[in-house]
Amino acid sequence: MDALILQILNGLDKGGAYALIALGLTLVFGTLGVVNFAHGAIFMVGAFCAVTLQKVLTISTKVRDESVTLFEAYKEVPILEAKFPVVGAVIVDYSVPLAIIFAIPVMLLLGLLMERGLIRHFYKRPHADQILVTFGLAIICQEIIRHYFGANPIPQSAPEIVAGSANIGAFLGLGDNVVYPWWRLIYLMFSFLVISGVFAFLQFTTFGMVVRAGMQDREMVGLLGIDIQRRFTIVFGLAAVVAGLAGVMYTPILPPDYHMGMDFLVLSFVVVVVGGMGSLGGAVLAGFLLGILQSFASMNEIKSYLPGIDQIIIYLVAVVVLLVRPRGLLGRKGVMED
Amino acid sequence: MKKSTATSDWILFIAFSAVVLSMPIWLAPFGANYPDLMQKFAIFGVFAIGFNILFGLTGYLSFGHAAFLGVGSYTAVWSFKLLTMNVLPAVVFSILVAGVFAYLIGFISLRRSGIYFSILTLAFAQMSYNLAYSVLTPITNGETGLQLSLSDARVLDSMVGISTGRSLPSTTLFGTKMSGLPGFYFCAIALIIGFFIALRITRSPFGTMLRGIKSNQTRMSYTGLNTRPYLIWAFVISGMYAGLAGSLLAVTDPLAGAERMQWTASGEVVLMTILGGAGTLIGPVLGASLIKYFENIFSAFNQGTLNQAFAALPDGIQSVVVDVVSLFVGEGWHLTLGLLFMITVIFLPGGIMEGIRRIAGLFSRRKDKPSTGAAGTVAEQS
Amino acid sequence: MDNTVLHVADVHKSFAGLHALSDIDLSVREGETHAIIGPNGAGKSTLLNVCIGRLRPDSGHVVFDGENLTGKKPHQINQLGVVRVFQTPEIFPELSLLENVMIPILAKRDGAFRLNWFRGFSGETSARAKAEDILHDLGLGELTGSEAGSLSRGDKRRLELAMGLAQEPRLLLLDEPTAGMARHDTNATIDLLKRIKAQGMTKVIIEHDMHVVFSLADRISVLAGGRIICQGTPEEVKADPRVKEAYLGEEQV
Repeated sequence: MDALILQILNGLDKGGAYALIALGLTLVFGTLGVVNFAHGAIFMVGAFCAVTLQKVLTISTKVRDESVTLFEAYKEVPILEAKFPVVGAVIVDYSVPLAIIFAIPVMLLLGLLMERGLIRHFYKRPHADQILVTFGLAIICQEIIRHYFGANPIPQSAPEIVAGSANIGAFLGLGDNVVYPWWRLIYLMFSFLVISGVFAFLQFTTFGMVVRAGMQDREMVGLLGIDIQRRFTIVFGLAAVVAGLAGVMYTPILPPDYHMGMDFLVLSFVVVVVGGMGSLGGAVLAGFLLGILQSFASMNEIKSYLPGIDQIIIYLVAVVVLLVRPRGLLGRKGVMED
Repeated sequence: MKKSTATSDWILFIAFSAVVLSMPIWLAPFGANYPDLMQKFAIFGVFAIGFNILFGLTGYLSFGHAAFLGVGSYTAVWSFKLLTMNVLPAVVFSILVAGVFAYLIGFISLRRSGIYFSILTLAFAQMSYNLAYSVLTPITNGETGLQLSLSDARVLDSMVGISTGRSLPSTTLFGTKMSGLPGFYFCAIALIIGFFIALRITRSPFGTMLRGIKSNQTRMSYTGLNTRPYLIWAFVISGMYAGLAGSLLAVTDPLAGAERMQWTASGEVVLMTILGGAGTLIGPVLGASLIKYFENIFSAFNQGTLNQAFAALPDGIQSVVVDVVSLFVGEGWHLTLGLLFMITVIFLPGGIMEGIRRIAGLFSRRKDKPSTGAAGTVAEQS
Repeated sequence: MDNTVLHVADVHKSFAGLHALSDIDLSVREGETHAIIGPNGAGKSTLLNVCIGRLRPDSGHVVFDGENLTGKKPHQINQLGVVRVFQTPEIFPELSLLENVMIPILAKRDGAFRLNWFRGFSGETSARAKAEDILHDLGLGELTGSEAGSLSRGDKRRLELAMGLAQEPRLLLLDEPTAGMARHDTNATIDLLKRIKAQGMTKVIIEHDMHVVFSLADRISVLAGGRIICQGTPEEVKADPRVKEAYLGEEQV
């Protein structure tokens, strides 16, 4: 029982990342009709926003090391900490959450640039062309990151205060065996928050209403004389911000490297397909479901029966879903079923 | 598409063979006439020709063809380990095994079309890749990659009394070592045979049906054609080409690693095909050769050689130039690849062959009507 | 009715609660030209789609020459000799006219699938000659080598017709074969269809143009609101007051 809950929890935070990326993918597909293979790269760029901020905040200077009294010793200390001992240290400690503030404008800009500069010209082109051109873009993003940050993962730490684990078991009255890192819990909350935010935005604003109408029937909305184009640009920006934030917050869980975008992209596409192309609820549901499933599959008890199942479970589910129910779990009938 | 008579096809085939076989001569001025590189031209030419049979003719975009390449390599190395260092059985087995593997994946993936097909093939390739790294380690030797060893059985070789002695044996074709030029010629012959078969397929009723599927698949079924077996065969044939290419990689260097199956490797063959011109006969080979050629050149650069190359520039400018250029060369070769990918799709979806056709068209039109401006035909609306 | 080839028996089809077809009962006799007329939205195209397997009826079935077509795949139905000519031209735009017509010829000759990859397409001389004949017949003889996508709309319709005729079908389903054609093209098409009629090919034809209908049809079924309201020879249909009300009336006023 404990192990079960632990696995569900483990799956949830990964599922949160899948859901956030898949949400943007399906939003972009549903509104713009574009298959964006560069969406994983956006996630990765988000993660590297956190890395960049941390690097900037910890630009160091040499100061006298007071702890060494026998001779003059120097140590490297972030300028920030050297100048403002208390506040500086806190800022450095909170670099990941702070990166959110930094990442939002960066991601928005990146999203708008991508849509205006590239995606826009591919609305009418075949899906194969969209896949190819965004695939090329993804490679470029990934290689630029590698050029400047190297090929190795760069660990990021969560703020000191949430470095430990939460005793979920005790909280739920299950004993002390279910412990869960605070940061993962925060990530889970964060993804819920962002997902609800996106849904509320689409549900309760007129802007969101138009976008949803556009997802149902683009031509119709266009005929109403609404400038759907401009709104779609913003939708693309929104999707980029969501994926970017997912990346920022994920860095303490998985040290970012340049190919994390590709890894998550393939999985997120699978998530979108399982959830149903163009279905927002489906993307979220499938994201969490597959995250949990993957975490179950990596339990030793299961792996000993079905070796390697943890490596392929998500793809296997996708294959079955595509064959049995091509529109996905919550997909609308007739949308991209062939 | 222009109608080609049988004669012009023969001319095309003979010219192609001549160009391929004379590579060691005419590539000399480019400094690209060493066997290692020419082998790559031929091998990836085979891979791209095969990929084109699926993508170029039917329009089905597979993102998982590297899996078949990997399977071909593994099969070939196993043939070297278990049976004989002779390359012929290795090549034959690789083609067969890759064909069976392609049939299994194609049978399922081809239940869907469009992006779903792409994602399904991608999913299968990722599965193969992940499994090759984990559970299938006994077969694939995981991260290290499958290699020859002195303790290999080599049943057939030992039956006829070939012993390898103390060093690792090399691949042979009935005694001729498959390294250096003989290795290149072996790959070149494979490429020529592959090209010939692709030529026949393209010009056959079967090939016309495949192009019909690309043009209007629904109409095909209302014309009484069952498109599924056509697609499955196209998929299997192109998988067999990939298997052949994989075995040739093993022939020239008896080693097989899982990274050959990664989906970025699948992306590379897509790029080769569209860069040269999907749906054309020569295009894929051209694309493959160009990419391998520039990969060879670009990867060779490093910070040191760059500093040297731009030494004439003033210091400040030099470091900036070197910094920018180093983005694209050496380790950054993939960036160039990505850029090339985008440029091709955006500006020249028909690939180089399309470009050549346009330029040729431009000249012939100029002869007819000198007044027609060039702008209208060159400017591409994207 | 012993020589019935196509029997549409008690077919129902509804879309989202809307009855597109109800109680359709229709018999087409060997060798006849059977016209289906009716106002827009009467369900004519739906009926054809049910016949060729594009749509599955909710109930009832379609029998062709003793074989139940319901549930069969489109290519199987075509292989039985039921061929449809589409209203909006369904052609292979990237292929040449010759290839467009040779594909159906080869489909008929070689069946639903054949892996003849080694043989040259240009070596299919008899199929080629046949395709050229048909194209010539339809006035497209000059264009055999050009890309089908570059044709004018009227020429595309003729190509579509050529593709249907190339299969020498036992039953030809024509969906408004002359819509969008100029007058003299229409007349040429009528002549052509009359010639085929003389060869004894069974045809079902959907048509708006009464001139075409009355110059070709042996029998007429009138479809309105998803039901057949009248069936008979052209004279009988002309005389029927219900038809006048439902269809002819609006045009003759």
